[in-house]
Amino acid sequence: MSSTTTYKGKTYTFNHGVHPEEFKTLSSHCEVQRMPFVDEYTLPLGQHIGAPSKALVNKGDKVKRGQKIADAGGFVSVALHSPVDGTVSDIGIFDNPNGQVLPAIKIKTDPYSTQRVEDLPIDIENLDTKEFISAVQDAGIVGLGGAAFPTHVKFAIPEGKKCKYIMLNGCECEPFLTADHRVMVESPEEIIDGIIILNKYLNAEKAYIGIEANKPDAIEALKKVAATSSFPIEVMALQVKYPQGAEKMMITAILGEEVPSGKLPLDLGVLVGNVGTFKALAEYFRKGKPLVERVVTVTGTAIKNPANVLVPIGTPMRDVIELCGGITDDAARILLGGPMMGAVQKSLDVPVVKGTSGILILTNNEVRDLEEYNCIRCGKCVDACPIFLNPSMMGMLAKKGLWDEMLEYNVMDCFECASCSFVCPSAIPLVQSFRVAKGFLREKAAREKETN
Amino acid sequence: MDLSNKLSVSTAPFLKDKNTTPKIMMTVVYTLIPIVMISIYYFGLAALLVTITSVFSCMFTEWLFNNKQKDRFKSLKDGSGLITGLLLALTLPPGFPLWMVFIGGFVAIGMGKAMWGGLGQNIFNPALLGRAFLQAAFPTAITTWSPADGRYFGIRGTNFATPFFQGENIDAVSGATPLSKMKFDHVATDSFELLMGTTGGSLGETCALLLILAGAYLLIKKIINWRIPVSIILTVSLFSGIFYMINPEIYPSPIFMLLSGGMLLGTVYMATDLVTSPLTPKGTWIFGIGIGVLIVLIRIWGGLPEGVMYAILLMNAGTPLLNRFTKIRTYGHKKSN
Ligand code: SF4
Ligand code: SF4
Repeated sequence: MSSTTTYKGKTYTFNHGVHPEEFKTLSSHCEVQRMPFVDEYTLPLGQHIGAPSKALVNKGDKVKRGQKIADAGGFVSVALHSPVDGTVSDIGIFDNPNGQVLPAIKIKTDPYSTQRVEDLPIDIENLDTKEFISAVQDAGIVGLGGAAFPTHVKFAIPEGKKCKYIMLNGCECEPFLTADHRVMVESPEEIIDGIIILNKYLNAEKAYIGIEANKPDAIEALKKVAATSSFPIEVMALQVKYPQGAEKMMITAILGEEVPSGKLPLDLGVLVGNVGTFKALAEYFRKGKPLVERVVTVTGTAIKNPANVLVPIGTPMRDVIELCGGITDDAARILLGGPMMGAVQKSLDVPVVKGTSGILILTNNEVRDLEEYNCIRCGKCVDACPIFLNPSMMGMLAKKGLWDEMLEYNVMDCFECASCSFVCPSAIPLVQSFRVAKGFLREKAAREKETN
Repeated sequence: MDLSNKLSVSTAPFLKDKNTTPKIMMTVVYTLIPIVMISIYYFGLAALLVTITSVFSCMFTEWLFNNKQKDRFKSLKDGSGLITGLLLALTLPPGFPLWMVFIGGFVAIGMGKAMWGGLGQNIFNPALLGRAFLQAAFPTAITTWSPADGRYFGIRGTNFATPFFQGENIDAVSGATPLSKMKFDHVATDSFELLMGTTGGSLGETCALLLILAGAYLLIKKIINWRIPVSIILTVSLFSGIFYMINPEIYPSPIFMLLSGGMLLGTVYMATDLVTSPLTPKGTWIFGIGIGVLIVLIRIWGGLPEGVMYAILLMNAGTPLLNRFTKIRTYGHKKSN
C-alpha cells in the first residue's frame, strides 16, 4: 500500500463537513486495467435519470460494438449502445442494480470478433448548438459521478441564462473510490479536450477543475495540460473533506458563493460535470466512440485485489469481482458507489451500468451496527452539516413523527450526504430518518396539489 | 460467493466516526478523577466517603428508574450517571452528612434526569439540581465548610450524622470560604492560594489549577463547546472588572471572581453539559453571557455568596427557548427563518 501524499499548495473549501477515513490507497495506485470481454451482457434501458431508452433491435439481430441499440425515449433520456460485437439474445425484464426489475437488452458476445472499433471522428466545426446537443444525447453520455443524469440536458442552456464557468468535478470525496483519480492521472489530455469541445458551444469565460488535495498527481497532470490551453482553465486544489464533491459544496469552495435554495448552479452561471464525463465527450467527438464502457473502482476491505477497471457497460458484477480475485470470507456487504451515499446491493447477478462508479465490498469491521443512545445534544451533527441544518432537532422531530415541523427546519434542503449520521456519537439514524421524512412530505405535497 | 444470507438491509452511511456517547462520557469521567483525588488529598477520607456515597446513590437511582428498559444497565454503561455522581460530590462540603449526600444523588438522577425521560431529555443539569435541592432542604449543613487542613483520616463527625440529628452540632470547625469572607467581610483571599486550592470550600471548588487543566483538555478533545467557557469567563471578567474599577475596596477583583467558589467547576463541567446547553452557536453565546452576568449579579447583590449554581440553572431553563429562537441560517437561504 502506498502512503497518501498531499498537494502542498493553497487549498479551498466549504464550511463544516466531516473527515472519514479515506481508504483510497487500496486502489489509488492501480492503473486502469481493461476488463476482458465476457459471454453475455445485460443492458437495462433505464440506466439514467429520465425516460427509458427505446429498443431499436430485435431478438436475433447481429450488432457491432458501438452500434446504437436503443434510442433516447424523450429529451431527458439518452441512447444506448452495444459494448460488443454479438447477437441480441433476449429482450425482457431483468434485475437491475437499483433493486428493481427493468426492461433490458441481452447481447451474446461473438467469440470470433476482434472487438475493434473504427475511428470515426465527428466534424464539430459544422455542428450548430442544437446538433451538438443531440449528438451528446446520441452518444449515450450521462453524468459519470454516479447520478447518471443525461449530460446533454445540462448543456442545453435555457433562454436567458448564460454559462460563465464550466466546472469539472474531480473531488471524488467518497472514501475508497479512485476511478476519477485514475482517469485524471491517465487521461488529462482527453479531459481538457472535452472542455475545449464543450466551450465551442458555450463560450464560457473560464473553466475550473476542482480536485481534492489527496490527489497531487492528478492536480499536477491536469495543471500541465491546462497550461497549454488558450481557453483559461484553472485547476483548484480543494481541502480533503467530505462532501467536498457535492455540487453545491464545490461551487462554494471555488467561487465563495452559495447556490440559492431551490435554484440550480446555472443560476450562478455555473455548469458542473464529472471529469469522466468530459473524457467521454472527447472520446465521442474525436473518435466516434459512444459511452460503451466506464472506469469502475472495485475495492473494499473484503476484496482480494482492489483495482480500477475499465468495464464494458452491461458486464455482470460477478465477473468484475472475479477479475479482482474475488471476495474474502469475512465479506459482509456489497455497495454500489461510496460508503457514505452508496446503496446496498443484495446480489452480484446484476450488470455494471453507466452510473456505477464503484463496487465496494466491506467486512463487518467497517459495518458495525452500533448501539443507539438518546441524543445528548453534543452538536456534532450541527457542526458537520455542510448546508447548516440542525440534524439533532430534526432527528428529535422525526422520532415523534412531526414531519411538518421538520419543514420549518428546511429538511427538504437536505441532500442526504450522511455527514450527520457519520459523526453522531449516539448512532442515531439521522439521515435515514430524513429520507423517510422527505419522501413522506413530497407525497403529501403531491396529494395536496391533486386535491386543489 | 453468495452473500444474500449475510447481508443486512441497512442504508448508508456505512462508515461511522469512532466517537461514541459512552466514550465521550468516560473521557469526562477521566478528567474528573484527578480533581476528586486532589480533594481527597486536601480534605482527607471525608471527601472520599462523600464521593463514593454520591456515585453509589446516582447509579442506584439510575438502576431503580430503569425498570421499564430492556437493558436495565444500559444507562449505567453510558457513564452519564457516573458523571452526575462525581459532579454532585464535588459541589458538597467534605463534612456533609452522608445520608444527605444519598438524598442529593437520588434527587439529581430521579428528578434531574429519569423523570424527563433519561439521557439527553432533561432541561436542568442533574448534579446542580441535586445540589440546589440540598441547599433548599439543608441550608445549614451545606454552608458548613471545613477548612482544607490536610487531616487525612480526620473523618468529620458530621459525615455520620443520622437523619433528624443535625450534624453541625457535632463538628465545631466551621471555616469560612473565600467567597463568604469576601461577601460579608470584604476580605479577598490570595490568588495563589485559590489556584492551588489550599482554601476552604466544597470538594471540587478549591483547586483552580486542576480545573483549568481539565477544561483545557476537554476543549482540545472538542468534548465541550469552547464558546461557553470563553463567553462566561469574558463576561465575568468584564462585568466584575467594571465594578472593581469603580470601587476596589468593596468589590472583588475579576481574578478573584474567576478563581473562587464554584466558578471554574461550573464553567468547565456544568455550563458545558452537552444536554442542557444550546445547540446553535448563537444560542451558546447568549447562554454563556447570561450565565456570566447572573454570576456577577448574584455574587454582588444576591443574598448568597455563591451564584454559579443558580446562574447555570436559570440559563438551563432558557435553553429550549434559545434552541428554538436561534435557528441557524441554512445554506442557500437569505437569513434564518
Ligand atoms: S450528533 Fe447525535 S447526539 Fe450529537 S447532537 Fe447530533 S443527534 Fe444529538
Ligand atoms: S444528510 Fe442532510 S442533514 Fe445530514 S449532514 Fe447531510 S445535508 Fe445535513
